[in-house]
Amino acid sequence: MTINEKQEQVIGDFSFMDEWMDKYEYIIQLGKELPLIEDQYKTDDHLIKGCQSRVWLHTEMKNDKLFFTSDSDAVITKGLVSLMISVLSGHSPKEIAETDIYFIDAIGLRNHLSPTRSNGLLSMLKQIKLYAVAYLAKAQQNGQA
Amino acid sequence: MLADINIPTPALDLDSIRKDFPILDQQVFGQPLVYLDNGATTQKPKIVLDTLEKYYTHYNSNVHRGVHQLSQQATEAYEHSRITIAEYINAAHAREVIFTKGTTDAINLVAASFSRSVLKQGDSVIISALEHHSNIVPWQMACEYTGASLKVIPINEKGELRMDQYEALLDDSVRIVSVAYVSNTLGTINPVKDIIRLAHARNIPVMLDAAQAVQHLHIDVQALDVDFLAFSGHKLYGPTGIGVLYGKEEWLHKLPPYQGGGDMIKTVTFAKTTYNELPYKFEAGTPDISGAIGLEAAIKYIKHIGLENIQAWEEQLQTYALEKLQTIKGLRLIGQATHRSGAISFLVDNIHPYDLGELLDKQGIAVRTGHHCTEPLMDLFQIPGTVRASITFYNTIEEIDRLVAGIERAAAMLR
Repeated sequence: MTINEKQEQVIGDFSFMDEWMDKYEYIIQLGKELPLIEDQYKTDDHLIKGCQSRVWLHTEMKNDKLFFTSDSDAVITKGLVSLMISVLSGHSPKEIAETDIYFIDAIGLRNHLSPTRSNGLLSMLKQIKLYAVAYLAKAQQNGQA
Repeated sequence: MLADINIPTPALDLDSIRKDFPILDQQVFGQPLVYLDNGATTQKPKIVLDTLEKYYTHYNSNVHRGVHQLSQQATEAYEHSRITIAEYINAAHAREVIFTKGTTDAINLVAASFSRSVLKQGDSVIISALEHHSNIVPWQMACEYTGASLKVIPINEKGELRMDQYEALLDDSVRIVSVAYVSNTLGTINPVKDIIRLAHARNIPVMLDAAQAVQHLHIDVQALDVDFLAFSGHKLYGPTGIGVLYGKEEWLHKLPPYQGGGDMIKTVTFAKTTYNELPYKFEAGTPDISGAIGLEAAIKYIKHIGLENIQAWEEQLQTYALEKLQTIKGLRLIGQATHRSGAISFLVDNIHPYDLGELLDKQGIAVRTGHHCTEPLMDLFQIPGTVRASITFYNTIEEIDRLVAGIERAAAMLR
């Protein structure tokens, strides 16, 4: 699936839920399924700046594709990270860097999350994109892109 | 047991009171709003909103210097507010009431003035372990500037000041003691009379941060014999951006102003400036005129309801809330002082306070989560933050029940 197909799937999943408490129930469930970061990477240099709760993010390149693992001390944050990772993990740096992420607005998350959480989510997206750009630049330097 | 919890009957006409606060009558995420973040700011009664509107609609004008009618009206209203505030806290004279931007501004004023005239290398300042950042940072800055040092009164596991340790800290190097009257995070009411008595026995002045006290407790600055006291208008049902520094006249005469310009001058030449008399000496620039007038309206409203009635209902609500909250499985109160007011801080199991706060919000319940600008206190309890419900007199038993049900629902989802 492309990133956009995954975004559409997330939007579809959320469209079945009218109540915000149901949406949160789903987000919390996603948090429990999050591919957890290995303990060795739960260090300050893996912390995402801008999150009120602590979020660690690790990036790994396998077969020219980026994969993310993460953890947080807050369950809802874990769910949001999981959502983001499920959409972006397993794609090429170019695809991640260039795709417009619109599902956050489409499911109403940006407007309904508390501002600190919303900012945290955007920080996370920014960090993932930065990783992708960095890998892309490295690949271009090596003449692989 | 739930059945054992006594449900109090309000001595106040809550239906009528809640109609005075139009903001309370709204829905959040499809649920009637339960506002329990009064420690951060209180809601404003209609009389305050009407007063602000009247000022801007009919006599908006600058104070003290205008010869025209509107300026005189504005000046009269602004100065009348000062008198009302002085009476409310029983200051000896209205000139002991300085208008500031808020509690933080008032503490900064005293700390900055002390650092310019009193504090020097080798001196010390006493604060406590449960202070808000506003009563830590200005003193840290004053100490950095002068070479003085900061001493901290420790607290016990219940969140009460260790008074024996306080006494031990009071030595000849101490130039001022500055402590909270009521803790914004734990709700602890500090034994301020004893704190002042012990400091005065060594001729040390005391400043009280009354930001969380003035809306709940009767404050008499003369009976307390306190030297400085600070509070904010917006926590007292008044507008934001206005606050008060009370200072004993002898101290206000002694201290130099720390901001220049506007009303704080008497005469200016390039060679020298003569400062204005009290209270204007400390009110540089155009003040928050509407804020001061709005704050007077808020105080008149409180007097109309009766602070003793407010206090009685808040105590009943607090007792009910504490009992009911403790029926929730896994809930632990952070801070269990014997004498307390306003804030109730807690955690449930290992649930992150942000998670709980967010799910309460989606049920229409507004609480505060995080470190409440008391990071050193959180470090002491070794927690990332708390969920804080802060109660005031317009809250109801039904709202406490909604909070408890909301926590139980959220916790079930998050466990």
